[in-house]
Amino acid sequence: MSVRPNARPVGQKPPFWRDRAKRALIFQILLVAAVAAFMIYIIGNTQANLNARGITTGFGFLNNTAGFGIGQTLIEYSSQSSYGRTFIIGLLNTLLVGGLGVLAASIIGFIVGIARLSPNWLIARLANAYIETFRNIPLLLQIFFWYFAVLRSLPSARESMAFGEAIFLNVRGLYLPEPLFESGFGLIPATFVVAIVASIALVMWNKRRHEATGKRLPVFWISLVLILGLPLLILVATGVPVTWEMPELRGFNFAGGITIIPEFLALWLALSIYTASFIAEIVRSGIQAIPHGQTEAAQALSLPRKLVLRLVIIPQAMRVIIPPLTSQYLNLIKNSSLATAIGYPDLVSVFAGTTLNQTGQAIEVIAMTMAVYLIISLLVSMFMNWFNARVALVER
Amino acid sequence: MLKKKHLALLVSAGSITLAGMTTAQADTLEDTRDNGAVRCGVSDGLPGFSAPDDDGNWQGIDVDVCRAVAAAVLGDADAVDYISLNAVERFTALQSGEVDVLSRNTTWTTTRDTTLGLNFTGVTFYDGQGFMVSRDLGITGADELDGASICIQSGTTTELNLADYFRANDMEFNPIVFDTSEQTVGGYQAGRCDVLTSDTSQLAALRIQLDNPEGSMILSDVISKEPLGPVVRQGDDLWFNIVKWSLFAMINAEEYGVTSENVDEMTSSEDPNVARLLGQDGNYGEGMGLDADWAYNIISQVGNYAESFDRNVGMGSPLEIERGVNALWTDGGFQYAPPIR
Repeated sequence: MSVRPNARPVGQKPPFWRDRAKRALIFQILLVAAVAAFMIYIIGNTQANLNARGITTGFGFLNNTAGFGIGQTLIEYSSQSSYGRTFIIGLLNTLLVGGLGVLAASIIGFIVGIARLSPNWLIARLANAYIETFRNIPLLLQIFFWYFAVLRSLPSARESMAFGEAIFLNVRGLYLPEPLFESGFGLIPATFVVAIVASIALVMWNKRRHEATGKRLPVFWISLVLILGLPLLILVATGVPVTWEMPELRGFNFAGGITIIPEFLALWLALSIYTASFIAEIVRSGIQAIPHGQTEAAQALSLPRKLVLRLVIIPQAMRVIIPPLTSQYLNLIKNSSLATAIGYPDLVSVFAGTTLNQTGQAIEVIAMTMAVYLIISLLVSMFMNWFNARVALVER
Repeated sequence: MLKKKHLALLVSAGSITLAGMTTAQADTLEDTRDNGAVRCGVSDGLPGFSAPDDDGNWQGIDVDVCRAVAAAVLGDADAVDYISLNAVERFTALQSGEVDVLSRNTTWTTTRDTTLGLNFTGVTFYDGQGFMVSRDLGITGADELDGASICIQSGTTTELNLADYFRANDMEFNPIVFDTSEQTVGGYQAGRCDVLTSDTSQLAALRIQLDNPEGSMILSDVISKEPLGPVVRQGDDLWFNIVKWSLFAMINAEEYGVTSENVDEMTSSEDPNVARLLGQDGNYGEGMGLDADWAYNIISQVGNYAESFDRNVGMGSPLEIERGVNALWTDGGFQYAPPIR
């Protein structure tokens, strides 16, 4: 700081309104107070208005009996369950389609994104056609397409397509055999976990050894054998303690086994395919953001193309890819609320739809629903930011 | 489309949040006169009850209630602003003042009447929940529906009745819940479900919209009581009375034999009931802030209950629903209006 002519003698404090830090603090306190006062006013005003109009308020309704049925429930539910339970059911269904959608969209997106840069003309053009088709058609139309167009082409329950008398596909959904575990089965997941832990340890040891000695083991194949082979070995050794409950045609529909409802399939497909087209573009731009010199330098070291991609390009590209990828994940989860158009029982359809209408408590229900989407989105952002910080290159 | 609807719901909910605290005693009648039209909430398209015709004019028995209120209040049955609402939006739209009358095949229940700040004014149509099935299935009664997949519209009392019925009869079902009646029919036609359930009158309306109406039949079982009627906000008794008596005027007119055709001759009728109804003897509109010819306007412009029923849902319409319990009490039905005197 330069010394000004009228500078105060050292040790004498300026008045607080001249002190930048204190002034900032005061402004922040004022702002928080104003926001809080506004919120209190809004909540009080809403309460008063609702009371004046004789509208019931509060969250007491969550304990009341719901009295309606839901098509897909991941946990126990009957029409005698409470409205609070319908909230959980809807939330789980949203998380299911959101989680599996993120997974599928990432896989398809990365494959298509890399394929688009392929030196093979046909593969590159096919990837390009995929991207341009799916990202330029509105999502709701795609959902309707997968639901109504594909649904109508499937056979009825009595004429369903059978795959080996175990898997059935018809207009009511996909029916799979359900494994029923007998005692002694607990050993198999335990072995599975052990195999995964062992594989992680192996990879880490291999990395250290590689850095120290330059020698490497084919860890991928060893891990694969460990993770798949070990549980399989135990399974056979214990005499396969699993029975399968086969779906069978009873009356109108198949009963028994696992049912994957077509609403879920249509929504999942549409969300994954739509979002994957954006992810593909993000991946492509991320890869192309790496200067070509990097590739050439790696090739000059006579690294094969596969290793150039894995060791040089992708780690650097991830820095560019992850922030926009987070937005796509958030979009996918929020877009899953379009489920209500095709009758998939997600949070918006079950809770902000039926429950809202049966109880009439629009403000509480909508507020809870918005809070859920906000919290999910913030959690996804937090995780992705953490992941980004981990993969970001340490600048030296 | 869907996002817009949810947005509308949010805006409605938000307007309750932000509305000033000045609504001591709302005066819907005055607001309606200033506005020059009755703001009426109707369905998103249910033939016979409320649906736009080929020329884009709303038609239906629920629409006729809106028109009757407009005729009584403004002297012009066409002075109605129709606002199309789906099942989920309807009560919030009425609560927040987006509409002043909700005439949208809405079932009168305790919860709706007592906890939503709303009042039902009467019953335009006594309905009951039924089932539509494909003829191919060879089903004859609702008790054969164990294990069926059932298409249903979200946000209706039907969802509750359905669960009750299957539980009471110890049967399983698999509900597929859609947002609008159009999508519900789409799911049924695609074969996603064996059964479509709704109020029997709606089933009749939906059946004629199918690609192949002959391929489906409506089971004779009726599993619930569904009295459908107009709804207004609580706290404006004057407006409540106007909507209530607009419907009563139509029912009384049928009972006394006054139709839109003969209403002008009937003004000189010797029958004291008719004279009071048409404002020739005393002014019964005064207590509602209306002119003496309020009921005359309704009958001459909209018609009596029988005309409305026949034109929209009865034998004069594609729905061909029998009067049944909706006949006048004098004919063995439930329709009964208090006397005008």
